[in-house]
Parts: sequence; structure tokens; C-alpha cells
Amino acid sequence: MSLSRTDIENIARLARLELSEAEIPVYADSLSRIFAFVGDLERAPTEGITPMAHPLPGLSQRLRPDEVTETDRRDLYQRNAPRVEAGLYLVPKVIE
Amino acid sequence: MTALPSLPAPTVAGLARGLARGEYSSVELTRACLARIAAGQPALNAFVTVTDESALAAAAAADAARAAGHAGALTGVPIAHKDIFCTEGVLTTCGSKMLSGFVSPYDATVVRGLKAAGTVMLGKLNMDEFAMGSSNETSFFGPVRNPWDPTKVPGGSSGGSAAAVAARLAPAATATDTGGSIRQPAALCGITGIKPTYGRVSRYGMIAFASSLDQGGLITVSAEDAALLLGPMSGFDPRDSTSVDSPVPDYAATLGDSLEGLTIGLVREFFDKGLDGDCGQRVREAIAVYERLGAKVREVSCPNLPLSVPTYYVVAPAECSSNLARFDGVRFGHRCESPRNLADLYCRSRGEGFGAEVKRRIMTGTYVLSAGYFDAYYLKAQRVRQLISADFARAFGECDLLLGPTAPTTAFGIGEKNDDPITMYLNDIYTIGANLAGLPAMSIPCGFAGGLPVGLQLIGPHFSEARMLNAAHRYQQETDWHLRVPSAWA
Repeated sequence: MSLSRTDIENIARLARLELSEAEIPVYADSLSRIFAFVGDLERAPTEGITPMAHPLPGLSQRLRPDEVTETDRRDLYQRNAPRVEAGLYLVPKVIE
Repeated sequence: MTALPSLPAPTVAGLARGLARGEYSSVELTRACLARIAAGQPALNAFVTVTDESALAAAAAADAARAAGHAGALTGVPIAHKDIFCTEGVLTTCGSKMLSGFVSPYDATVVRGLKAAGTVMLGKLNMDEFAMGSSNETSFFGPVRNPWDPTKVPGGSSGGSAAAVAARLAPAATATDTGGSIRQPAALCGITGIKPTYGRVSRYGMIAFASSLDQGGLITVSAEDAALLLGPMSGFDPRDSTSVDSPVPDYAATLGDSLEGLTIGLVREFFDKGLDGDCGQRVREAIAVYERLGAKVREVSCPNLPLSVPTYYVVAPAECSSNLARFDGVRFGHRCESPRNLADLYCRSRGEGFGAEVKRRIMTGTYVLSAGYFDAYYLKAQRVRQLISADFARAFGECDLLLGPTAPTTAFGIGEKNDDPITMYLNDIYTIGANLAGLPAMSIPCGFAGGLPVGLQLIGPHFSEARMLNAAHRYQQETDWHLRVPSAWA
């Protein structure tokens, strides 16, 4: 399996990753190798086998009661934010 | 190098006894560790952050607690944490430029548990970026070097944890394992590593890579040390929805149990053509030790196991691409300069903040989850995962533990496997199966090949940590491979 420059550009766009010109052929080559390698899975007979999403059989996702358990720690959390103002996270204008 | 202060005992168990007897204080022990870390950093690059001041304060508090009669088994024992675990008020980078300025507002459950047990945090350990790597070369903070030979890699992704414990900069370290990231570096650095059963240790505050595979664990000198430290970091945590609510046994209590009647399965697929001859020979010598200890050894087959690496390289990147979607340059993490619009903010922040291997895995995962490919790759891999898991379940119908090599070779050279990602991925060929099936597994040192350590892998059924630690401990009473220290760090 071989991925083209367009394939890589599409994947990068879906993944919200900007790639440099130099990175595109590198990823086209390495991702092509990876998909050739995982292509081995095609040969495995998996008719009627249930896909396994959780490594412990029989366990399902637990739910908690819908109760407020967290306190407001906004100021602490916003110390890690790149840009805040008046308690708000600043981003570029979304609606022109 | 200036004179290296030695640690007063080789293991956590020994240090805990010395502290209990008052032979030295935690402050003295912590100072010795900090001096070794300072001496080791230029050569090994094992740490991202050293928390000197808070370590000495915690050590003084531990000494005061002991003087007041409030000491537990681990009070005052210094340890270090892999930089994937959130530590309140301390830089937590996950080995990435993306988080190079992130100061965690809270402690991971693992960190909190070990703190409550009285351990003293020395600092945060270097690792492959977002735990994606098998050589510790993908870290934004530079590669870690192997204390046995600084031209070699320490393994990864917990390379800093393994190098720090192997060079005795820290008596023990936390680590995480998604596809072998505890066991492979433990093998390459000649020490002990344990990846518990999926769900045994809380993932809360452990920065997520692949959530159905990630599990926290330990890198220690001995199995006994792992048994002492595993209890306080294990157990049910309501903050992790996959945490399992089952009692935590006293792992140290059964370490000395007899191995008479234990059935050990040799997995045929682990002794394949990729296994280095000398490494295979060391593993066979270890099997002979187990036979002397009374274990019965039989061959078993897990025919789908050779598909574990391709399965993993669909499942893990898929989960990574969703988990790492949270890094958007808005709430925390790296943000690009002067974004033109929101899309530009996302794309450039992520393009600049992530390293090459992380981007490769995000793109791999994005592709296998995209419309038209989901069934062919992702669902197919989940079906093969089921087959691999069933192979293990069948094997455990015939034996108590499985045994094999941890890695196909000893430590390889820095830069040696960077040209082709597949070559690097195949390093985890013997370790990935346990992650796919959620099984507990260990690596323990079983000798040397060409002057470099070789690791022996044990894999057990779900929640069989106590039996596995028992088997590892009995082997370590018969051998001293785990106590060997590289001459530069003795």
C-alpha cells in the first residue's frame, strides 16, 4: 500500500496537524510502510469474532451518580492557559 | 566525575530496614540520591525535573513522622516518578514540547498513593514523548543513555525510570506500559519491571496515550521492592472509569511461597527466529533455575501472537489520535504565535508542539478511524485482539504463568533504529500481547549477553500479580543478576 502526497495532506487536515513541505514525503513513506505492515491482519480468519474494545472480559463502563463533586478551581486551571482574560480563554475570532 | 556517594543498601527493602533501625535518616538518604542524580544527569539525562527542595522537605517530614512514632513501611524512602504522572505544583511534561510549560494542578492517584505511604519524590523522569517510543529517543528533552553503555539506548518509553534505577540514582521509580514501556527498558537496563493487570492501578492523572492498553507500574531493583511499592499505588479509584474494584492483596506476604507444583508455560512463538541466540540461551538457563525450584515446565502455543504488533499499531494509534485531540492550544499546552484563525491555531499549535513520532501515530490513528477504513483496519484489529486474548486464556488453562524473553536483543545503539519505524516497533514483539489481553507481566534480569543485560518475561492471568512476584522473587533468591550495577555507577 502506498500513500500519496494528497493522502498525507488529507490525513493531516483531519488530524489538525500542520506539516512542513519536508515532512510530507517522510510521512508518505513511513505511513505507507506502516499500512503495508498492518496489512498482515487481513489474513487472520476473524469470521464471527466479536471486536474486543475492553481488555477485561465482562466488564463494562461504570457510571457515577449525576451529582456535583468538583469545586470551582478556574483560576488555578487557567494558570496553564496560553491566553486568558477576565477568566475567559482567548481564541482568534471564530465568527467573522 | 566527583566522588559518587553510595546508597547504604541496594534495594528499597534494605533502605526501609535501615531507616526503621535509625541507621540513617531520610534526609541523609535523600541527599545521597540527589548527589547521585546531579552526578548522573550530564551522562544519562534520566531526569526532566529534579525537585531538590521539596524532596528534602518531604524527607524531613518523614523523619519527623518517624520520630513521632507514625512511620509506615515506606516512610522516608526516596523514589522518582515518570514524567507522565501529574504532580501537583511540579512541571509535568510527558516528554513533549507540547507540555514543556505545564505545571499540574493536581496529583495523579498513583502519586498520591505513594506520597501517602511516606515516599519522598526526588523528581520527574525523562521518557519518550507521550510514551510513544521504545528507545527514549523521541523525548523533547533529548535521549536518555543506558548506564551499562552510554552509546546504547535504555529502552522506552520509561527509559528515564530504567536508567535512573539501573544507575541507582533513585532506589525505585514509577513507570507506565502501553506496549512494553516498563518491561523492555527494565530488560535493557538489567533491573525489574512490573506492568500490573489492566485496571489494577488507576489511570487518573496519568497522561493518556492508548486508554484500553495503558497501565501504571514500577521499575525497581528487585521483585520484593516491586511488591512493597505496588500495594500503595493499586486499588479502586472512582476517578478512573476502568479502575477495577477488587481487593489489593499484601504482595509481600506471599513472596517466599514455594514454587513446587507451579506450571510454567514456554510460549513457542516467543522463541522465534528474531530472538538473539545469546538472549535465548540466558532465558533457557533461567528455565533450568525454575525447574530446580520445583516448577513444571511445558511448551504452549499462542498461534495468533505473531499478529500482536500489527494489531497494536492499529489499536494504539487510533486511541492516541482521539486522546491527543485535547491538545488544541486553547486551555493548556503549546500555542503557536499569532494564529490567523481558529483552524490555524489548532494546526500550527499541534504541528509545532508534537514531535515526529507522535505526529506519525496521530496520523496513523486518524487514517484507521476515518470513513471507509474503520472496518478494514480498526474493527479487524479489534477482532484479532480478541483472538490473541483467547490464545492466552487457553494457555492459562494449562499453566499458571507464561515465560519467555522480554526483548529480542540487548540494548541497541542510539540512532540505530531511527530510519524505519517498523524496525523500532518490532522491539516490542514479545511484550505487546500482554497489553492487548490486559494481563499482568514482569521483566526480571536473567544474565548478560555481550556485556549487556538480558530480561526474562513472566506473564500471568488477570490479577495474578502476587503469584508472579512470588515467582520472580524466588528466582532472585537463587540469582544475583538484579543486584549487578554498572561499574561506573557502583
